[in-house]
Amino acid sequence: MALSQDRVEAIITEERLPVAQRWRLGRAFRQPAVLVGFLIFALFVLLAVFAPLISPYDPLGQNVVDGLKPPSAQYLFGTDKLGRDIFSRVLYGARLSLLSGVSVVLLAGSVGTLVGLLAGYLGSWADQIMMRITDIFFAFPGLILAMAIAGALGPSLPNALIAISVVTWPVYARLIRGQVLSLKERDFILAAHTLGIPEWQIIWRHLLPNTLAPLLVQASFDLGGAILSVAGLSFIGFGAQPPTPEWGVMISEGRNYIATQWWLATIPALAMLLLVASSNLLGDGLRDLLDPRLRDR
Amino acid sequence: MTRFIIQRIIGLVFVMIGVSIITFALSQLVPVDPAAAALGQNAREDQIQAYRHELGLDQPALVQYATYINRLLHGDLGTSIRTRRPVRDDLRDFLPATIELSLAAMIVALIFGIALGIVAAINRNGILDALARGLALVGGSLPIFFLGLLLLAIFYSRLRWLPGPGRLDAVMQPPARVTGMYTIDSLLAGNWATFKNSLWHLILPALTLGYYSTAMILRMTRSSMLEVLHQDYMRTARAKGLTEQVVILRHGLRNAMTPVLTTVGITFGSLLSGAVLTETIFGWPGLGRYATASAVSLDFPAVMGVTLVAAIVYPVANMLVDIGYHFLDPQVRLS
Repeated sequence: MALSQDRVEAIITEERLPVAQRWRLGRAFRQPAVLVGFLIFALFVLLAVFAPLISPYDPLGQNVVDGLKPPSAQYLFGTDKLGRDIFSRVLYGARLSLLSGVSVVLLAGSVGTLVGLLAGYLGSWADQIMMRITDIFFAFPGLILAMAIAGALGPSLPNALIAISVVTWPVYARLIRGQVLSLKERDFILAAHTLGIPEWQIIWRHLLPNTLAPLLVQASFDLGGAILSVAGLSFIGFGAQPPTPEWGVMISEGRNYIATQWWLATIPALAMLLLVASSNLLGDGLRDLLDPRLRDR
Repeated sequence: MTRFIIQRIIGLVFVMIGVSIITFALSQLVPVDPAAAALGQNAREDQIQAYRHELGLDQPALVQYATYINRLLHGDLGTSIRTRRPVRDDLRDFLPATIELSLAAMIVALIFGIALGIVAAINRNGILDALARGLALVGGSLPIFFLGLLLLAIFYSRLRWLPGPGRLDAVMQPPARVTGMYTIDSLLAGNWATFKNSLWHLILPALTLGYYSTAMILRMTRSSMLEVLHQDYMRTARAKGLTEQVVILRHGLRNAMTPVLTTVGITFGSLLSGAVLTETIFGWPGLGRYATASAVSLDFPAVMGVTLVAAIVYPVANMLVDIGYHFLDPQVRLS
């Protein structure tokens, strides 16, 4: 039975994006947790973008006379040993953390998606090889491999991002491959084949858009994870280096003062907790929105 | 069953070959010449060249890899540049501390995660549920290294309730080595004081390392229990007149355990990553601290040894989880 071109087009467009159900967006935000997550996350993005305008001091500017001052009207979050303003440093730290999280998700996400698409679509030995490679990467404990990579490349924030991406991409490869495996048996993909649409176009225009929903959910969870991992690498000296106003570096610099001058390490840690928790809550909301079957998990 | 285990072991061998290629490739990336690093700043150029030749570093990469694999197969992980001891001996000293810490963390996570998960599910949308979910959210979002610093500041520096960094008080002698885990070895030796001391030292690091896994297990137990609580067999069990406790624990929990077990397998991998940070903070002489110190000093034979050993742990843990499934739920086919 041959399908008419109209019917085929209809199947393709109809099945393209199961996401386009706007009414659910309202419902996701009606959950207070998701709304709070969104608001906090948005606040951090604004603070990060406008950090140069908001911050009252130069994040690197030293003023030793005012060192180790507790939070006050003059220094909102207090100062560190060198008299640097913690508030300004936390603001600039938000920039670095958000940028780190987004870079890792983009880098690992694109590589993983590409591998997953190809493995799922090509199948047979290509799939086997690519999945065995992801197995190998899964075997490494993330931070130990990341540390080895950052050590080999030389400790710096960009190298830490590369290192964390190297240990993150297999998650996306597995996820997308699974999606593609089930999608490629669906009518609209078979229809696209029947129409003689070139394979790269099938992958790009029909498979990829349909994997976006789970991809987005995974990315929103990984954003928080990546922020924590990058800060962890910086904390042990393999990421951003002092005097960079990076949260992991700040916590490391404040670790000896935690019992006496609590604000040094606690404030950047709280900032990180809020940012990561908000992105996790957003992830929960997105998952409910895009995959209602998983609601309540 | 046997076939499944054999298949998994073959898979593991492939993974290990891949892992060895990656760690070897990493060692080739290091910009520092290991021979020059090992001999120090005062070494003459000809001495460095001679040492390079001795180490085989002047050979092509492929030959070096073949030598590396050949040594590995003979159980030789190379010699650490930093400690100047065989990496194998170093690992034998440091690994048990990490295993002890990880097991303790997993016990913490299982107890708190499952208990709080059940409580949250039973009190769905109640105050206890909200508390447990808040705890889980924080657990998944708090930087573990800060948690460690905080616990140390509160329970050691301020309250003096628990001991500070290290595995034992400085005045204590480690127990005679059997497993290398101080708690077990001191028990085996019948040394009660050392056992108590080592257990005391274990509490804060285990809580720190276990918090993330607790959060994950809590979430999974809660959602899995919620699904199970409304099943028909639960109603039947209640109708039979069983006490609520028996219904929840024997009929509910048992059926809700499978996804929880998966989570345990997955978080076991994250324990090793977390151990790097936890050990740094608590001065815990384990694999993580060894790895950090080795990576800082670009001691790549040691780094390669650690990554190789660490990469065995996760696949093996997952294999054990899969076998665990089989016992928990014989319907699950191993494939």
